[in-house]
Amino acid sequence: MTVIDSPVRRLRLRLPLIVWLVLIWNLLWGTWSWANLITGLLVALTVTVVLPLPAVTGGGRLHPVAALYFLGHFLVNLIVSSAQVAWQTLRPSGIRQSAVLLVQLRTDSDLLLSVIAQTLTLVPGSMVMDLDRRRMTLGVHVLDVGDEADVERQRADVLATERRVVRAFGSAADIARLDQEPPRGHAAAPATTEPTR
Amino acid sequence: MNDVESLADWIALACLLTGAFLCLTAGVGLLRFPDVLSRMHAGTKPQVMGVLLIMVGGAIRLSGWSATWMLLLVAVFQLITAPVNAHMVSRIAYRRGHVGRDSLFVDELGVAPRGAEVTAGEEGRRGDQPADAPIGDETEPQVDEDDGAGDQAVDEPAREPRG
Repeated sequence: MTVIDSPVRRLRLRLPLIVWLVLIWNLLWGTWSWANLITGLLVALTVTVVLPLPAVTGGGRLHPVAALYFLGHFLVNLIVSSAQVAWQTLRPSGIRQSAVLLVQLRTDSDLLLSVIAQTLTLVPGSMVMDLDRRRMTLGVHVLDVGDEADVERQRADVLATERRVVRAFGSAADIARLDQEPPRGHAAAPATTEPTR
Repeated sequence: MNDVESLADWIALACLLTGAFLCLTAGVGLLRFPDVLSRMHAGTKPQVMGVLLIMVGGAIRLSGWSATWMLLLVAVFQLITAPVNAHMVSRIAYRRGHVGRDSLFVDELGVAPRGAEVTAGEEGRRGDQPADAPIGDETEPQVDEDDGAGDQAVDEPAREPRG
């Protein structure tokens, strides 16, 4: 294995953050110039040295076609979900019951789980409430549930979103893990543990 | 004023009005929805989309790229921060028991085998708690019962009516 703390590797892990900060700096100034680029670079370096963040390791890679597919899907979903929630707030009957689901994911990566959680909150129906990193489970709050079929449909939606995100940004190992069985079947777990309580 | 400019103005107008309307529904949702968790739905989806549309309308209407970049930043950060905000608020609300339990169709988080925090959440299945209630409030009665009774058999019938 390579030395983990070599300066080159540290810089490589920090590079996306520096690029992002320089970009924000330039956008805030509103104009592009070499002066903005250089001062932005100085500010970004200062920020990352003075206030270091834990490096995001295990970052995936970008699959352009899948990423475009994900992005398009996300935008459509965002429009649909905002229209849907807007209608639910205004319609006279209000909302039916909601539900809290526990969904077993198959992704084992900090970065991907963050993207999945962010996306899920903005797509129709679901909002992430809880994330158990070790078990790879998500607690999802679902608005407006009528029956068991709705619950299962939402669960399938969550897994489909996971699949799109991992296809777009995951490493080969992450994508392969999508088709394996989840480590623990949580669907059956509550029923077997409840009587012992 | 030529045709292209007036068309752009109409698009900007539509974006601004739709965005403002979506933000309004977010506010209506805060009033009409029954509990914190449902309200956070209203506070994220129509709200984010509303802000995005207003930014698009503003970008079309305002001249100069400098303003456009600023609006783009606002939109990006809205997309990044609103879900995190909703996540943190709803997570705390759920763990503190600010949940109308009877409005939940299923609650898989409450019955799943989990850590101590969620066990406390399950004991708090009595509906909304006041915000200033002490954290240990939900678990304390059970501890007292265990101390007094001393074994499981007495504890069980006492818990029956609640479940």
